[in-house]
Amino acid sequence: MSRLPFYLIVGLLLVAGVAMSIHRHVQFEVPWTPGEQRQVWEIEAQVNFIADGGPAKVNLALPSTQQGYRILTEHTASPGYGLAFLEENGGRRAEWTTRQATGDQQLYYSVQALVAPSSRQPLIEPPPLRRDIVWESPYDTAARQVIERAWSRSADPFSFARELITDFTEARQGENARLLLTQFDRSPLLVRLLNQAGVPAREVSGLLLEHGRRRQSLTPWIQVFDDPEWMLFDPRTGERGRPDNLLLWESAGHAVLEVEGGSNSRVGFSMLSRNQPAAAAVRSELADDTLLNFSIHSLPLEDQALFQTILLIPIGALMVVILRVLVGIKTSGTFMPVLIALAFIQTTLITGLIGFLLVVAVGLVIRNYLSYLNLLLVARVTAVIITVIAIISVFSVLSYRFGLNAGLTITFFPMIILSWTIERMSILWEEEGPKQVLIQGGGSLLTAVLAYLAMNNPLIRHLTFNFLGIQLILMALILLLGNYTGYRLLELRRFKPVTED
Amino acid sequence: MWTTPSRLHAKGIVGMNRRNIRYIGRYNSRRLYPLVDDKLKTKLLAQQYGITTPALIGTVTTQFGIKQLCTMLIGHQGFVIKPAKGSGGKGILVIERIEGGRYIKPSGVQLTLGDVERHVSNILSGLYSLGGSPDVALIEALINFDASFSEYTYEGVPDIRVIVFKGYPVMAMMRLSTAASDGKANLHQGAVGVGIDIASGAAIRGVQFDRTRHDHPDTGHELASLHISDWDTLLRLAAGCFEMTGLGYLGTDMVLDRDHGPMLLELNARPGLAIQMANGEGLRPRLDLIERQPEGVSPEQRVAFAQHYFARSSELRETA
Repeated sequence: MSRLPFYLIVGLLLVAGVAMSIHRHVQFEVPWTPGEQRQVWEIEAQVNFIADGGPAKVNLALPSTQQGYRILTEHTASPGYGLAFLEENGGRRAEWTTRQATGDQQLYYSVQALVAPSSRQPLIEPPPLRRDIVWESPYDTAARQVIERAWSRSADPFSFARELITDFTEARQGENARLLLTQFDRSPLLVRLLNQAGVPAREVSGLLLEHGRRRQSLTPWIQVFDDPEWMLFDPRTGERGRPDNLLLWESAGHAVLEVEGGSNSRVGFSMLSRNQPAAAAVRSELADDTLLNFSIHSLPLEDQALFQTILLIPIGALMVVILRVLVGIKTSGTFMPVLIALAFIQTTLITGLIGFLLVVAVGLVIRNYLSYLNLLLVARVTAVIITVIAIISVFSVLSYRFGLNAGLTITFFPMIILSWTIERMSILWEEEGPKQVLIQGGGSLLTAVLAYLAMNNPLIRHLTFNFLGIQLILMALILLLGNYTGYRLLELRRFKPVTED
Repeated sequence: MWTTPSRLHAKGIVGMNRRNIRYIGRYNSRRLYPLVDDKLKTKLLAQQYGITTPALIGTVTTQFGIKQLCTMLIGHQGFVIKPAKGSGGKGILVIERIEGGRYIKPSGVQLTLGDVERHVSNILSGLYSLGGSPDVALIEALINFDASFSEYTYEGVPDIRVIVFKGYPVMAMMRLSTAASDGKANLHQGAVGVGIDIASGAAIRGVQFDRTRHDHPDTGHELASLHISDWDTLLRLAAGCFEMTGLGYLGTDMVLDRDHGPMLLELNARPGLAIQMANGEGLRPRLDLIERQPEGVSPEQRVAFAQHYFARSSELRETA
């Protein structure tokens, strides 16, 4: 039996993989390393609404070049709709119109924003002060007292805003603040109070940029003016200043989304950050969607974010192959460690390890009881699944109560896989004792941790996402490993007694 | 603690990867696996080829069939319940005798009928089968093992594993259950493996937990005098399994019954490598020699060939 075709395939895969990667590096100027690059955010807004059947008009606020970000290109996808970009009192907006629309409607707007710390915002006019604020009793007294209290402890509009907002935070909420919050929403209320005190302010909406997030919504911020300067305040904490990852989406004090002729309208955002050479980032306008541009980077953003993770799975699987074929580590369930490692990416390592051990340990105790109930296998595993969900819920609530938000990420664990792990470990415990459970459980965890370290490495993430050729190289490597007939590392220890005589 | 690949290679040790690719992958055709993975099929096939196996009391194939278990067992003192598709000795329940409705394991642990039924139910749900697929439970008569071995075993039945390569018996070992292995004959669970000389059926060397041993850890009996009677018949039965299954790299598990002589217990298409430890010798030189032999040789000739070329003298006598 000739092995020639095998080596031919491996060779072809290697050559094709290397060639594709080099092509992408040269042609698209994608760097080999993730560092020293300009960061470009690709943000996609998806507007959903249910049309009434008649004419529909959708008006969406758009971001403009601002402090920290420069808008590069924008695209929309909205078949059947007319589109106009409007400039309205300091804000850019997109207006989609159609004569007839029925049922579920989806409109897309995507924008590339370059992270540019040097970018400056054009001067913004402060909004006119509203003089027509009328409070009903007893809110008028409460409002007056809150303003007076903050006024007396501040020196200028900014410190006044800070004092005012802090008075509304959880920790320092007074009786007046609580009363006002029963009647008004936090952000509009704060703007109203600031206006009442003669400080120009408005509510703006910003998007917190976080790599790979999907279905995000905008958060409200308060923009306070002290002509010619302005400052952003977080209405929840009173913190002053713009977080680095905040992109102001709507900064004219208007509604983000207005829909006429439809109901249930909402807008969700997905985002992705990509490192690109500045030149390519600017040129990206020219890249057209030809058949040759066969790359996942031509997919909608939401799917790209998904692919980022999918493309890492072969790395995790490679770790498993190496550890099993070259080292000889036993794991419980062949690729279970990869799925656990994927969960670790969401939870971070320490939280993930603690969470995993907690869930499995508690699960084993409960599974042990289930074995006395004499159930059919499928029913028993299902019972374990429900138990795992219950454990995860309890841990989430407990950790939230204790103020450990990290504990909430425990929900990222693949529950069915965890249930099977518990089931298998429990049987292993009954048949071969706790030692084997420790060996296999430890082996699985070690594999998961190593897979996590490989998959979470910035360089590897950068390479797998930006160079699809890497996948072919990985394939070739795994084929080669599948052909390895040599000894495993642990066999050197296992068979040692034989060599001693 | 560690040795080097070159020393293992010099000893002719076959590693897991080599076993999987070079022998199992090459000589064991996937479509033949069901013959050995399903013990019921193996049993029926063995009967066709005139290879003796333990008597079948009955099978349970459905969950409601478990109710008939009790009537099925009437008149049988001891019995063994096995999953047809189990692996690595998993799910095998040995009941030595029934006393007043209590089912007594060789270890003395007493079970109720409910416990036994639950075990059968677990087998049917596929708890012990490869890949968790639904399974069938076999109930076999207890083997009355040869009294000459009672000094060498703790609770369980000692069985003899012979690796048959292309129909030639290449290496053999006896597996003696111990307290550590809970009466099971699996080396990784702590059973003692005794390398057996292919030529004579005499013990060569013993290991437990991969370390050399000269006596049985529980009975204290020395292993040097271990000698398997009827050895030639046993080897011929093992060699005949090649024609029966068509599998080129095969682990045959045999037992010696007091009344029926050597019997085939089960076959394994992925036999483990611990046999090399028990024999203190690598499989590779023997496998290489067999690979150079022509096809179409009768089982008797193959056994004679193996007994001539693979003869070894015991290492135990010198120290005993």
